Amino acid sequence: MLIKIAKPSDLRESDVTPESVYLSRRRFMGGMAGLGAGLALSGRAKASADYSDVPDGDAPAWLQAKLGAARPRAIVPDDPEKDAIAPFGDASGYNNFYEFGTGKSDPARHADGLETQPWSVVIDGEVNNGGRFNLEDFASPSHFEERIYRLRCVEAWSMVIPWLGISLADVIKRAEPTSKARYVRFETLVDPEQMPGQRSSFSLIDWPYVEGLRLDEAMQPLTLLALGMYGRELPNQNGAPLRLVVPWKYGFKSIKSIVRISLVEEQPVNSWQRIAPEEYGFYANVNPEVDHPRWSQATERRLPNSLFNPNTLDTRMFNGYADEVAELYAGMDLRKHF
Amino acid sequence: MTAQRKWQLWRTGVFLAALAPLVLWSGQVASNAAGPEPGRYLLLNIGLGGLWMLLLTLSLTPLTKLTRWKGFALIRRQLGLWTLAYASLHLLSYALFILGLDWAMLGSELIERPYILVGLLALIGLVALGATSNRWSMRRLGKRWKPLHKLSYPILGLILLHFFWGVRADLGEWTLYATASALIMATRLPPVARRLPRLRQRLISA
Repeated sequence: MLIKIAKPSDLRESDVTPESVYLSRRRFMGGMAGLGAGLALSGRAKASADYSDVPDGDAPAWLQAKLGAARPRAIVPDDPEKDAIAPFGDASGYNNFYEFGTGKSDPARHADGLETQPWSVVIDGEVNNGGRFNLEDFASPSHFEERIYRLRCVEAWSMVIPWLGISLADVIKRAEPTSKARYVRFETLVDPEQMPGQRSSFSLIDWPYVEGLRLDEAMQPLTLLALGMYGRELPNQNGAPLRLVVPWKYGFKSIKSIVRISLVEEQPVNSWQRIAPEEYGFYANVNPEVDHPRWSQATERRLPNSLFNPNTLDTRMFNGYADEVAELYAGMDLRKHF
Repeated sequence: MTAQRKWQLWRTGVFLAALAPLVLWSGQVASNAAGPEPGRYLLLNIGLGGLWMLLLTLSLTPLTKLTRWKGFALIRRQLGLWTLAYASLHLLSYALFILGLDWAMLGSELIERPYILVGLLALIGLVALGATSNRWSMRRLGKRWKPLHKLSYPILGLILLHFFWGVRADLGEWTLYATASALIMATRLPPVARRLPRLRQRLISA
């Protein structure tokens, strides 16, 4: 007998959209498409009107059109009050991107000159359909969505950010992995001319920055390849033109400015694990019960905060995405595989 | 202008210069120009400012030997006390803006972040030096005053360790401070210290 236990994320009859709403959605989409085209012509690509204070980017026309046509708010936090979107200036002015320096404002200061057009991505390794693709050919076959995710940094701060992008699973399916493919390995651009952090002789990172996912993690529908945020394309300092976003893992897993995606047999050694294996593991799942050797992971400072309110929240298992991803790690000792 | 008035002005100028960064950073926080984590902004800047103050304080003796200018010796106590002030404000920022006065969290933080203990140890040392920086203590301690105040050397070491322990991936900035510290300490090695006045002679005659 087949016993089917509904997962919390399974759809129910009541979730089915009534036809009238569906049809009006089509009308809405038609309107949006026209609006999108209009916005594209005026040099804007905003997925929703909420980002009126966000400065315009300089995306190529194809990307503006894709971003403009993205399904708005496809995934949103369950408590939008508590998980309020961080101001664009904070999300784009305060982050880690060691290729541009180790200070939180270094990326915004030094990433301006990064040349992201043209950009190509190599897909190689255990795939039947690999090769070097220009960004448009790489991304435009996929459906674009806006997803609002919590981003939890391993340094115990977090922000809520509206990304625009495509599902990594979609890209991997198109590449047709062979039966040997078990992991996905990602590489960031190496270009010391454009990336001052890569010129530092005191850097502990062995460039290129490398990250990896298990194939099932990469295929998890939440895993996003972002090309935009806040209704526009990614600012350079946030990993333009293509970055990973894995919302249930610490931020350093979400590798930026990707130039290579390889399907591989062996578990890749990610950059932070290489520097300090006792501090950073391969999985790096957000876990309030497993502390970093130098600080607690039980809580996080939700940014922006203010002087007398550090805005400290309890960190949630898998950053609050346990319903979707916990089953990936069933039976694993997460203290060992941190 | 009398000589006394001149030195008074010099000391006041140094006082204002040492105060200026604190005013600047507070102004940035007040005008929302300090980023999304203003507490951490103050914490890190004030901490680094304290290291600057200690390095400046420790530069005064070799500078005096090199130049024989009286002004350097006159601001030594002041800069030493500024070091203590910055270090205390650094701890206060941590308690107020990072811990949010959640003392239960302090216990777990101290265990998990040993570099906080190292910093605390350095601060205790600075308090001892600050408390004995007055004339009365100097008289009372007599010959023991000087060795006591050489505690500033190990304190510098503790601060560098405190700084080093917090570094995640790039030792560039830390290396700059460590090099500056090594240079300043090297001027105290007897063979170097002996040569400083001679170096002065050579500079003057050149």
